[in-house]
Amino acid sequence: MATLEIHDLHVSVEAENGPREILRGVDLTVKQGETHAIMGPNGSGKSTLAYSLAGHPKYTITGGTVTLDGEDVLEMSVDERARAGVFLAMQYPVEVPGVSVSNFLRTAATAIRGEAPKLRTWVKEVKEAMERLNIDPAFAERNVNEGFSGGEKKRHEILQLELLRPKMAILDETDSGLDVDALRIVSEGVNRVRESGEVGTLLITHYTRILRYIKPDHVHVFAAGRIAESGGPELADKLEEEGYEAYVKGDRTA
Amino acid sequence: MAEAQNIPAGSTTAGSIAVAAESTVATRMSAPPSFDVADFPVPHGREEEWRFTPLERLRGLHDGTAEAGGGVKVDVSAPDGVTVETVGRDDARLGRAGKPVDRVAAQAYSAFEKAAVVTVPKETVLTEPIRVNIQGQGGVSFGHTVFELGAFAEAVVVIDHTGDGVRAAGVEYVLGDGAKLTVVSVQDWADTAVHCSQHNALVGRDATFKSVVVTFGGDVVRLHPRVNYAGPGGEAELYGLYFTDDGQHQEHRLFVDHEASNCRSNVVYKGALQGQDAHAVWIGDVLIRASATGTDTYELNRNLVLTDGARVDSVPNLEIETGEIVGAGHASATGRFEDEQLFYLMARGIPEQDARRLVVRGFFAELVQQIGLPDLRDRLIARIDEELEESVA
Repeated sequence: MATLEIHDLHVSVEAENGPREILRGVDLTVKQGETHAIMGPNGSGKSTLAYSLAGHPKYTITGGTVTLDGEDVLEMSVDERARAGVFLAMQYPVEVPGVSVSNFLRTAATAIRGEAPKLRTWVKEVKEAMERLNIDPAFAERNVNEGFSGGEKKRHEILQLELLRPKMAILDETDSGLDVDALRIVSEGVNRVRESGEVGTLLITHYTRILRYIKPDHVHVFAAGRIAESGGPELADKLEEEGYEAYVKGDRTA
Repeated sequence: MAEAQNIPAGSTTAGSIAVAAESTVATRMSAPPSFDVADFPVPHGREEEWRFTPLERLRGLHDGTAEAGGGVKVDVSAPDGVTVETVGRDDARLGRAGKPVDRVAAQAYSAFEKAAVVTVPKETVLTEPIRVNIQGQGGVSFGHTVFELGAFAEAVVVIDHTGDGVRAAGVEYVLGDGAKLTVVSVQDWADTAVHCSQHNALVGRDATFKSVVVTFGGDVVRLHPRVNYAGPGGEAELYGLYFTDDGQHQEHRLFVDHEASNCRSNVVYKGALQGQDAHAVWIGDVLIRASATGTDTYELNRNLVLTDGARVDSVPNLEIETGEIVGAGHASATGRFEDEQLFYLMARGIPEQDARRLVVRGFFAELVQQIGLPDLRDRLIARIDEELEESVA
């Protein structure tokens, strides 16, 4: 069973006046089949955690370990991490000029699966996955994320999640900027992948709204670069009522 | 209509649409077109038509100091029915498609000793391409070639430039009524070559001219693909693909002169750049004269900058002297291949080198499709991949 283990992770970014520490000792274990929601105020370091796990070059790991099934993730390049089973659904997916969605998906699937998927079954697989996410078939011939609406970008991220079937899915504010219909469609996509029982999910969000559609097993509150409190789904209900104020204040006096 | 995104430092993407009584496309040149090199002053570099060009790297083509002495090896293979002749300077078939528009083009016209005339008789439809291989053997050479298609003739011509040397040469395409000509001109020179060439197409009534210009090599390559219409109903498609590396200067200056009515033109040029001081220049001039009612024209230039240190100057210019047209437009955009794009692709498991190849191949795909010849298309894709490998090495 795949397990992602994050231990005492410290991460900095280069700022104007030298490096600035953003993650200050994150400990978290996510097992295959589990869903962990990470919630927290803006600037608490949630997205930094997501991008650090995927290997974005902007972030420098200054301490701690991350392993996937015992393998050192931090030693791997960005593409190696993806091939090892780490998937990051991005908050702001990037436009890639000149590359069609269909070409991109097939190239990614070939890289992840280690061989090119058989064309006939692949076409069917993509078509069905697109239908489930209410994506217009014409979408396949558009350039990756170019001119996509906010909702289209997020559905495209979840389309990749469904096709690439990672061991660990990190969803970085996938709910942001979505209207209720789009949120429902995207959440159903995530749930289909979760129901396979083969993926561990790290759901990063600012709002509790998405948790009505995607039920987490564990909820963690992120504040000042580390996990301030962990609990079950009931913790999300508390945050819904009280907000993050207690954690932000606690941070100031700490 | 002109758009620009993420323009690398020092690059320009300008554009204008002018409605003018008098054409500035014509008047902004430093001298009117002429066959005689003496009618053009020696450029100093600040003239509109020379301001992007490194004159000091033209090896004297622009100031009369380049003396013919080198050579090129020319192989022509033509299917049955095609006439290939070598003719003297006074042959009446030379110079019909248009006059030289700058000093180097006039120098080429004034200096060649013999010209080649390739003729496809009327109503002859070729099933195999005419291939012209021009291999530079070093040194300075001048040349002139005319391709003429009689009425309703159809042909594909491949002009392939390789090797080293300094070459200024004119090319004319004369299309009879209803003729169809596709020309692929490949500039795959050695890195030290200099090549300046004016291509004039004279498109007959209801004729179709398609040009694909592919520029990879050379120290300086400066081309003027130009189109005039001899009668109404003509169609011109001008495609271009360039890959500009470290220190290379590749300049494409297009002009489509709509004088006849009901003609179409469509221009798509795309370039990728990488390396320090790679410099691509694209000038796209389209003039719709008062007589050219029913004109339909569009031109597009896109550039993809793969590394720091490269520079693009892209200037589309559309002049419209009549409102009685079907359509007219242009667009120019220069974008960078960003670290964020690379991260996005790699985060989906795609290795770095494959990610770059994916982006560049995708960028050029619509142009590569325009090359109907499989051997040439495969070579082109292989060359693009080679260029990308070099960037990593």
